[in-house]
Amino acid sequence: MEPGAEQRLEEVALRPLTHTSRGWYLWLGLLLLLTGGGFWAYSTQLQRGLAATGMRDTVVWGLYISNFVFFSGVSMAGTFVSAILRITGAEWRRPLTRVAELTTVSALLMTALMPAVDMGRPDRLLNLLKYGRLESPLIWDILVIPTYLTASAIYLYLFLIPDAAVLRDRLKGKASWLRQRLYSMVAVGWHGRPEQRRRLEIGGGVMMLLVIPIGVATHSVVSWIFGMTYRAGWNSTIFAPYFAVGALYSGMAMLITIMIVFRRVYHLEEYFTEKHFRYLSYMLVAFGVIYLYFSIAEYLTVSYKLEGGEKLLLTELFFGRYSYLVWPGFLLGQILPLLVALRWARALPILFTLTILVNAGMWIKRYIIVVPTLANPLMPYEWGVYTPTWVELAITAASFGGFALIITLFAKLFPIISVWEMTEGAEIAAAKEEPGSAAARPATLAAQSGGHGND
Amino acid sequence: MDRQENYRKWQVSRRRLLKLAGVAGVAAVAAPLLPTLLTKIGGASAESDGTGKKASRRQWAMVIDLRKCEGCVTKDQAPQCIEGCNKEHFVPQGQEWIRVFEMEGAGGHSYFLPRPCMQCENPPCVKVCPVGATYRTQEGIVLVNHERCIGCRMCMAACPYGVRVFNWDQPENPPGATFASYSPEFPIPHRRGTVEKCMLCAHRVKDGKIPACAEACPMYAIYLGDLTEDVATNGKEVVKLSRFLADTNAFRLKEELGTRPRVWYIPGHGQESGHTVDAEHQPIKTARSWQEMEATDKKASAEDHGGH
Repeated sequence: MEPGAEQRLEEVALRPLTHTSRGWYLWLGLLLLLTGGGFWAYSTQLQRGLAATGMRDTVVWGLYISNFVFFSGVSMAGTFVSAILRITGAEWRRPLTRVAELTTVSALLMTALMPAVDMGRPDRLLNLLKYGRLESPLIWDILVIPTYLTASAIYLYLFLIPDAAVLRDRLKGKASWLRQRLYSMVAVGWHGRPEQRRRLEIGGGVMMLLVIPIGVATHSVVSWIFGMTYRAGWNSTIFAPYFAVGALYSGMAMLITIMIVFRRVYHLEEYFTEKHFRYLSYMLVAFGVIYLYFSIAEYLTVSYKLEGGEKLLLTELFFGRYSYLVWPGFLLGQILPLLVALRWARALPILFTLTILVNAGMWIKRYIIVVPTLANPLMPYEWGVYTPTWVELAITAASFGGFALIITLFAKLFPIISVWEMTEGAEIAAAKEEPGSAAARPATLAAQSGGHGND
Repeated sequence: MDRQENYRKWQVSRRRLLKLAGVAGVAAVAAPLLPTLLTKIGGASAESDGTGKKASRRQWAMVIDLRKCEGCVTKDQAPQCIEGCNKEHFVPQGQEWIRVFEMEGAGGHSYFLPRPCMQCENPPCVKVCPVGATYRTQEGIVLVNHERCIGCRMCMAACPYGVRVFNWDQPENPPGATFASYSPEFPIPHRRGTVEKCMLCAHRVKDGKIPACAEACPMYAIYLGDLTEDVATNGKEVVKLSRFLADTNAFRLKEELGTRPRVWYIPGHGQESGHTVDAEHQPIKTARSWQEMEATDKKASAEDHGGH
């Protein structure tokens, strides 16, 4: 880092914490409106019961469970990417770990909320603790999702401590009393002493090793809610890895989307560089290709055999009443985004569009995993129909709003870039360069792009 | 030399002791889980009653003779089994705990298939219930405890026969239901946000009565059986169950799934009730709800009184 870079980093990273634009309030208002609408809709559902939804006896799950699977997917990449990059010591990770971890925590909160909203008897929520049976796949979820949430939250928090200490020191006397209290509480007396650094390293090291298996377990267990039944479309042995890879794909796209937004709104051009988006795009393509492979493995085997129920389902999916969802979801969400392997498709507006498409496609994919399989008749009765009501749509909108709201508020209180990790990275780079001096400067600047004839 | 040997032994034994302690620790944690695991694996061993000796309990089963069932189309009625069930259980509007399907048989002719709960010996619904609200009794009936059900509908997703239904809305209850003493064997009052299903009339069979659907069937097509005593009856005749099933090539639904249903079907298309393959196609009629039936009953009795 050249002289002054460190100071500029702090300025850029901390500026949004002290300066609030009018646009931010508008955005906050919108998100509050969305989440508020969700609460209103849920209160209606509490009064009228699940009759307020479009779910009925054949299609017993709908948008809520689709959202549940979707958000659990989004939650995957953040922690996973951050942990993998930390473990492998990838230097370029430094500016993006915090966004990644935050995405995970926020998405997991929405994941946890959705099954609760879906319950027919929310008043009996505690029965899950009183009578929980380990044989039920739902209990596996109830065990693993809070575990993942806790682990991700601790993981996010540990690497936040040094930054909170920076805030505590920098904003002394400048921010409100409440904020100062918050920062000094979060910083838990951090002064960057060697002993403290050592402990953070150990704690962080343990957590980064833990979150990976817990993350994989989460997605496996979510898939097994479906995979443990006999239904056509769910009765699959590859569901766990299929969901885990889908989650990586979806979460990676979400991470890129969010980074592009922050880059623009918080002026982080210097830190979220072409190189970051290139590397993340490569990872996205890798996950996308693996996901495609799983999709082919899943659908080819069943469409070859055409077992009774499977045939009914596949016909409706690809040529029947769901084809208007399946084909766009597949072509726009799974095939088209692979373009990000090419340089021109990584121009930020295009990249942004493509990553949004990935998640639109993944949401559709979740929906067509949940609904058509349930609608598929088990006995010779009619296909189930499902039309979500305004209550379900409002709660779905609120879940997306809530997801964005948590990220927005967090980014108002804490720097979205891990300042201390960047500084540390610069120190390491400087130490390495000391003997040779004037060699090319490391990761931080966009200038570094030539020579990668990848496309 | 000896001393050293002894010392070594002691050392080893200490290590063993530690190991043993470790194993014991793990066992202590795992022990409470073991019986559940074993019964899961053993499957049928869940039928012992916990007193140690094998109890000679009833093992309820059902046989549906499709040679006799013609979906009540020749009688120009809605399936009487459904109506009988609706009346007996005050089945909430829009639900059918036993359903009658018109199936496509060989050669393109149709036959009728009443489908109660299969009372599986290896019930997928019971496995997935997160709170143990649905369970299988020692007499082989799958029941729901509506006071515990959380309404997650996982059991509905798991049932391969589409048996279970849900109270999406507040179901209408018969007068006085609020004061009825609830039991899973006779689930009144019905509650919103809980799962309902056919429960083989657990409250009737324990009093020696056949299920309401069997009693209501004008063709005597439905038999209640007991695997322990190897008998079955439709209320008119008594048969030796195993012999009956063997003689008639009885089958079970989706047997390949391994759910081991306790409901057997005798292949047929209603021929014994006069429904021929060549008969003009008549659709199954919609059954009345218990409210409708009560209303018509009242009207009929009022007219009776008027006539006298």
